[in-house]
Amino acid sequence: MIIKTLLSGDLPRSRILSAMLLAVLIGLILAPFVFPGARSLNVAATICVFVVLVASYDLLLGYTGVVSFAHTMFYGIGAYGVGLALNGMGPSWWAVFVGTSGALALSLVLALVIGLFSLRVKAIFYAMITLAVASAFAVLASQLSDFTGGEDGRTFRVPEMLQPGFRLLDTEILGRAIDGKLITYYLVFFSALALFLFMLRIVNSPFGRVLQAIRENDFRAEALGYRTVIYRTLANCLGALIATLAGVLMALWLRYVGPKTMLSFEVMTDILLIVVIGGMGTVYGAVIGSALFILAQNYLQVMMGKASVAMSGIPFLANLFHPDRWLLWLGVLFVLSVYFFPTGIVGRLRARALTRERP
Amino acid sequence: MSEPLLKLKGVHTHIGQYHILQGVDLDVPRTGITVLLGRNGAGKTTTLRTILGLWHASKGIVRYDGKDITQSPTPDIASAGIAYVPESMGIFSDLTVRENLFLAARSVKSVGEMDEKRLEWIFGFFGALKKFWNQPAGTLSGGQKQMVAIARAIVEPRKLLLIDEPTKGLAPAIIQGMIAAFSELKETQPILLVEQNFSFVSALGDTVAVMDGGRIVHSGSMAELAEDTDLQHQLLGLSLDAHQ
Amino acid sequence: MTKILNVAPQDTALPKVRVDMVPLLLVPVLALLMLPLVGSFPTWVTLTVAGLAMGMMVFMMASGLTLIFGLMDVLNFGHGAFVSVGAFTATMVLLPMRSWVEADSVWMNLSVVGMAILLAMVVTGLLGWAFERIIIRPVYGLHLKQILITMGGMIVAEQLIHVIWGAEQIPLPLPTTFRGAFIIGDAALEKYRLIAVVVGLIVFVSMFLVLNRTKVGLLIRAGVENGEMVEALGYRIRTLFVGVFMAGSALAGLGGVMWGLYKETLTATIGAEITVLVFIVIIIGGLGSVGGCFIGAMLVALAANYAGFLAPKVALVSDILLMVTVLLWRPQGLYPVAKR
Ligand SMILES: Nc1ncnc2c1ncn2[C@@H]1O[C@H](COP(=O)(O)OP(=O)(O)O)[C@@H](O)[C@H]1O
Ligand SMILES: [Mg+2]
Repeated sequence: MIIKTLLSGDLPRSRILSAMLLAVLIGLILAPFVFPGARSLNVAATICVFVVLVASYDLLLGYTGVVSFAHTMFYGIGAYGVGLALNGMGPSWWAVFVGTSGALALSLVLALVIGLFSLRVKAIFYAMITLAVASAFAVLASQLSDFTGGEDGRTFRVPEMLQPGFRLLDTEILGRAIDGKLITYYLVFFSALALFLFMLRIVNSPFGRVLQAIRENDFRAEALGYRTVIYRTLANCLGALIATLAGVLMALWLRYVGPKTMLSFEVMTDILLIVVIGGMGTVYGAVIGSALFILAQNYLQVMMGKASVAMSGIPFLANLFHPDRWLLWLGVLFVLSVYFFPTGIVGRLRARALTRERP
Repeated sequence: MSEPLLKLKGVHTHIGQYHILQGVDLDVPRTGITVLLGRNGAGKTTTLRTILGLWHASKGIVRYDGKDITQSPTPDIASAGIAYVPESMGIFSDLTVRENLFLAARSVKSVGEMDEKRLEWIFGFFGALKKFWNQPAGTLSGGQKQMVAIARAIVEPRKLLLIDEPTKGLAPAIIQGMIAAFSELKETQPILLVEQNFSFVSALGDTVAVMDGGRIVHSGSMAELAEDTDLQHQLLGLSLDAHQ
Repeated sequence: MTKILNVAPQDTALPKVRVDMVPLLLVPVLALLMLPLVGSFPTWVTLTVAGLAMGMMVFMMASGLTLIFGLMDVLNFGHGAFVSVGAFTATMVLLPMRSWVEADSVWMNLSVVGMAILLAMVVTGLLGWAFERIIIRPVYGLHLKQILITMGGMIVAEQLIHVIWGAEQIPLPLPTTFRGAFIIGDAALEKYRLIAVVVGLIVFVSMFLVLNRTKVGLLIRAGVENGEMVEALGYRIRTLFVGVFMAGSALAGLGGVMWGLYKETLTATIGAEITVLVFIVIIIGGLGSVGGCFIGAMLVALAANYAGFLAPKVALVSDILLMVTVLLWRPQGLYPVAKR
């Protein structure tokens, strides 16, 4: 029953889903030992960060029905906060702390301002305003190059314990040196896990239920006496803070911050694709979606490249399957899933399990 | 007796998950004014909207002029000759009075082609419209807007008028003018008139139906109801007195 | 229920017609305020013309979007795709007919650009029709899905541009006689910017006439305010909307061609990049208001040009600052559209 408590009573409720979640969890825990190589560890860490990032976005989109395009901005604030602090103050935990808290404070203020400013009006208005603000922020980050490193971004040194050269033990375990990279990975993994469980708790708390009531019918929720603006703004702030933390983790992992990886609109579309395909309003959707998406991003493109080469005689088809065109197929999948599987993979699996139980 | 022009049989309407109309039976004869009475929230507006297809009935039939229009789209119902004056008046406030009427005149292609004689007839009821002919309708007073809304419904001959609480919030002087207008209008086509103001309709109405809780709870002739104060009290309660 | 007794006899004098003039003054006021700051008159003229030209192009792209939103409460996040497609379609005329583009003849230049614009508008118009049918129609009234699905449509469209026209940037040189500038006094007025201003004015005036003088136009304005009532008068608002959607898409296509020629290179994201600006413009103008959209476009573009000259760093965020200022003053935009 520890599991039940940990998962805040919100069990996967589908055998296939449980199996998939377990596979992801085990895969991520054992990644450094089972999948050696810098690339696969990078894939695993990216999955961890994206689970947090996407789930925090789901808090907004799936649980309150608010579409924000500013999520990458908060992610970027976290990354830049820690990156610039480490860059400026040198590689110490103190710098990590200062950068993180500064970033959290900035995110909170921005989320509050944007929220109070535009959440009172329609979802559509909020979507446009956040899009505008986020793009201005991205422009600023890439143009104020003295401060942020501009388009090139900034590399920085992390605290010694996290540096690849650092050895915790002299011996190897399961053929893997216990070095700074490994420690960083587990720092990322366990932080992500904790944040994920925290979000699971949030959405299953009374607070989360109010959010869902607002999503279903804000007119009625208001009539029941909930101040929808306040709840929405709170959800907005919470989502922003967690996204900021995801940014911190990513920066620590990459030892680099730059507008393309942290702030670009592509990251935002990735998040959207993952949430919808994984399953809005389920939190677990973030896990399944991120795992599938990041794996596909890293490995499917290779396969598409092969297909494209095989079809190189036929110009149009070769273009369709060019590895750079994988977003095309994802886009199509995205549109189809908004129509036909609005609850995404997780929603589907749960619905299936339900019909199985009660035929 | 001939078949009524409009007939609702066992009509249920849902708005989202709420079950608003719960089996409405209502006949609107081919002549005169049919008054639909009932307290706030009884479902009068919902009934009119259901007739017009702005909500669709989930059960039951709406028959108009021998045809089943239950699931027809609103523009088709309107084109079949039903004109509507909504409770909110539905004025296009950006457009002038003239343009408001022009849009209501479906058969007319340009503003200049509107039937002068009919317009003069309308100005006979609502002189203010002539005066503010080229003003944006949004700048008019509440009573004047109501005139625009009614004028829109009669700018061309129609077979049936649906009018939702035209006296709501209006000054007694304007209401007097409206009584005169309606008693002349009912000679040209039948009217289904929703009201809460009993003194306004008791002089005007020919038949009457009373709604409560999404059902018709009484129907009969207006003369009968106007005489029978006990029945009035029983059906309409004190809430009506408060309105007078 | 309390009743508000409106004690007004039939024909009280009207409150003075409230044509809201203040927003109309914003553009000239902004321009004049900047004159002393810029300092030199010729520079100011050049900046102003550049701003107006950019504003006109943005207006072309934004006007359709604001009407589409006003009429059916549909916000097309994929509107930028039509801008991109328009620009890329133009290359199908401009690149094969290079000799006409390079000819030193105003007429040949004008007709080749005219043909490119025509083709681009036809293609984007038809695409708009298909987009409305396939993408938008199933999600009427569902804002969340609308945002997601039009966003998805945009991703797909952008990728398809890569598939059809290749992944490389396409250079799109200006026709010979459109290059260079007129020198008036000390002010240099780039010819192409003047052309953009003229095209923009033509679009604005035609739109104004259609919306004020024709039945369809009046119905569109009426529908923006109260679509239900338009239906209750017997008109099919869906048909109206398809028309507006097609016209809006075609206008975005036109804007795309003009913008592409202005930038002289095309990338598939040309539309997505301008989308943010377009959104800011329609928010500033008031969602659904064409007049507001026009003023918004001019303000944003002028502010960007003046700021670019006076304080380049500020120019990066001038549109956002402008939007925030306007919304603090009028939270619904310059011309709020009365809704229902
Ligand atoms: N859009 C709506 N959503 C939910 N309930 C509604 C809506 N419109 C009306 N209702 C409800 O339907 C009932 C009947 O309303 P209505 O037909 O407007 O009554 P009436 O016109 O007789 O005052 C009321 O209880 C009202 O609260
Ligand atoms: Mg009512």
